[in-house]
Amino acid sequence: MATVSEKVEKPAILAKVKPAPWKDAPLVENRRSFHWVTEKICGIVESKTPTWWWWCFITALCIASFTGMGLIYLVSTGVGVWGNNNPVNWGWAIVNFVFWIGIGHAGTLISAILCLLKQKWRTSINRASEAMTVFAVLCAGIFPLFHVGRVWFAWWLFPLPNSNAIWPQFRSPLEWDVFAVSTYATVSILFWYMGMIPDLAVIRDRAKETWRKYFYGILSMGWRNANNHWRNFEMAYLLLAGLSTPLVLSVHTIVSFDFAVANLPGWHTTIFPPYFVAGAIFSGFGMVLTLLLPVRAIYGLHDLITQKHIDNICKITLATGSMVGYAYSMEFFIAWYGANPYEGFAFINRAFGNYWWSYWIMVSCNVICPQLFWFKKIRENTPLVWIISIFVNIGMWFERFVIANTTLSRDFLPSSWGYYSPTVVDIFTFFGTFGFFSVLFLLFLRFLPLMPMAEVKSVMPQADPHGGKH
Amino acid sequence: MEGSISQMSKVMDIKYGISATFNSAKDIFEAAGKVREKGYKNWECYTPIPIHGLDAQMGYPRSKVPCFTLAGGVTGFFTGMLIVWFMNSFDYPLIVGGKPYFSPIFPFPVFYELTILFAAFGTLFGMFFLNRLPRHNHPVFEHKGFGRTGDDKFMIVIEVEDPQFDDEETESFLKDLGGKSVTVIRETID
Repeated sequence: MATVSEKVEKPAILAKVKPAPWKDAPLVENRRSFHWVTEKICGIVESKTPTWWWWCFITALCIASFTGMGLIYLVSTGVGVWGNNNPVNWGWAIVNFVFWIGIGHAGTLISAILCLLKQKWRTSINRASEAMTVFAVLCAGIFPLFHVGRVWFAWWLFPLPNSNAIWPQFRSPLEWDVFAVSTYATVSILFWYMGMIPDLAVIRDRAKETWRKYFYGILSMGWRNANNHWRNFEMAYLLLAGLSTPLVLSVHTIVSFDFAVANLPGWHTTIFPPYFVAGAIFSGFGMVLTLLLPVRAIYGLHDLITQKHIDNICKITLATGSMVGYAYSMEFFIAWYGANPYEGFAFINRAFGNYWWSYWIMVSCNVICPQLFWFKKIRENTPLVWIISIFVNIGMWFERFVIANTTLSRDFLPSSWGYYSPTVVDIFTFFGTFGFFSVLFLLFLRFLPLMPMAEVKSVMPQADPHGGKH
Repeated sequence: MEGSISQMSKVMDIKYGISATFNSAKDIFEAAGKVREKGYKNWECYTPIPIHGLDAQMGYPRSKVPCFTLAGGVTGFFTGMLIVWFMNSFDYPLIVGGKPYFSPIFPFPVFYELTILFAAFGTLFGMFFLNRLPRHNHPVFEHKGFGRTGDDKFMIVIEVEDPQFDDEETESFLKDLGGKSVTVIRETID
């Protein structure tokens, strides 16, 4: 049986080499106690609703109503109210869909991949990022759902028996996408919810009001902090992380198949899956910064989301932004090296053709802008980091716009060329999804624990039963 | 908790166990080792965080959740295969793009996603099943200080069920371990 007093022997080589002590910045600053963490996180949920919250909530609801109105108009009139035309049949619907799905990916990366890589700093940002994932996927789902036109038949996408006795066609990447996105939404919600159970139990045990006791009581499933519970919970958490990792990589891979399996120039490339995944993580981390920096400032979470966290997020943004930049240049190289005239034209057209402006917005926001994160001074300037994160979001939206529209509007035959512009309904519907997202995120901040308390506590020094000797 | 006679007629009171509270992860880790050495079987640690190494210290085997995950994953994979074969090859064969009616290759993303989906359900529900959740009533909830075990306190409870349990001996044993506020937990039954 192991006892704490047992000393762990150091390898003999260390005495010879004498490595310099590595100073790791603490993950929770100011030597906070467990109780402080509980009070801080539960306090956000338990305190009176702040006035700013109501203002934001009402504003977000008003913005969300744009999506509502856009969709009501679309359903009652027809999908022609969008700017989609022939040849640009996909238009903003696919752009917005891929944009929102991509944003979700950072949440899963933080909760799953960084968990497997034992990146302890993930703990304080993981819950809010997972919430972001779930809400972003909900926003994404709106677009393909309504793009089908007769939305009341959307259930035909799923393998359910219908009166026409026909089934989905599994050779189509669009059908794979149905499975990928619905699995992604479901597993993200499961993972998010399961991680929340111990924290919901903490709020349940502190609850004074009856509604709170019932609400958090039912949600926490009777969790009772027993070690036997933790044992199965930790194993389940690890397994869900292990399942979400291939899932998140597959989702954007399959989203990229929507394009790559088609024969169109500019789409039919093998680089698409990794390039889409890198882009998704890039845009997601941009959104994490956009959301968490204000949350940190408003709730005073500087001890939990430290400069180290911001540094790390910025560095991941820089890395994935550079990968995306590499992919852009590699696409051009292959278009030239592949010696396919259509492919070559598609890329020249992207940079200098009818949508040249969107291409250069994309490059400046995605490739040039994140390079600023090389500099420590910039990473430490929180308002500037926030502004750059907005540019990342804009850039990634334009990336999808460039991919979808330049190719569709200029395919093989000049006789089938066209030009696409969004209608006001397109713009309203997309604009409204930001409100919809904010409504959900504000409700999350108000009613659910925005940080996993148990996980944050377990990376604090007090959590170590071996006194740092293990 | 000692009810008066009028209450006793309606409420039955069963002793569930004795609890002792500790203030740090280190304390409960050492105490848990001693409780196990003493040979207790029916006891549990209640902690705000999963403590590294406490499972081994308490003598718990590896969690069985992976069995549920595997079962879910295998079911998902074959469910995917079955629906594609049934729908596109058996029930309503349709030629599309000159491709075969069924192949394990082209619909692989469907199998892949369903494997993950079912494995995730297996994991979550396996965890619930192994933890016997949801269960909204439990004797430890009767303990006044129980709420703090989600915050910053660590608690050991030795249950009456344990063959070695003895009112006085167990209580003094927990006190000797350094347990604070040693309390008898009672289960009230209406």
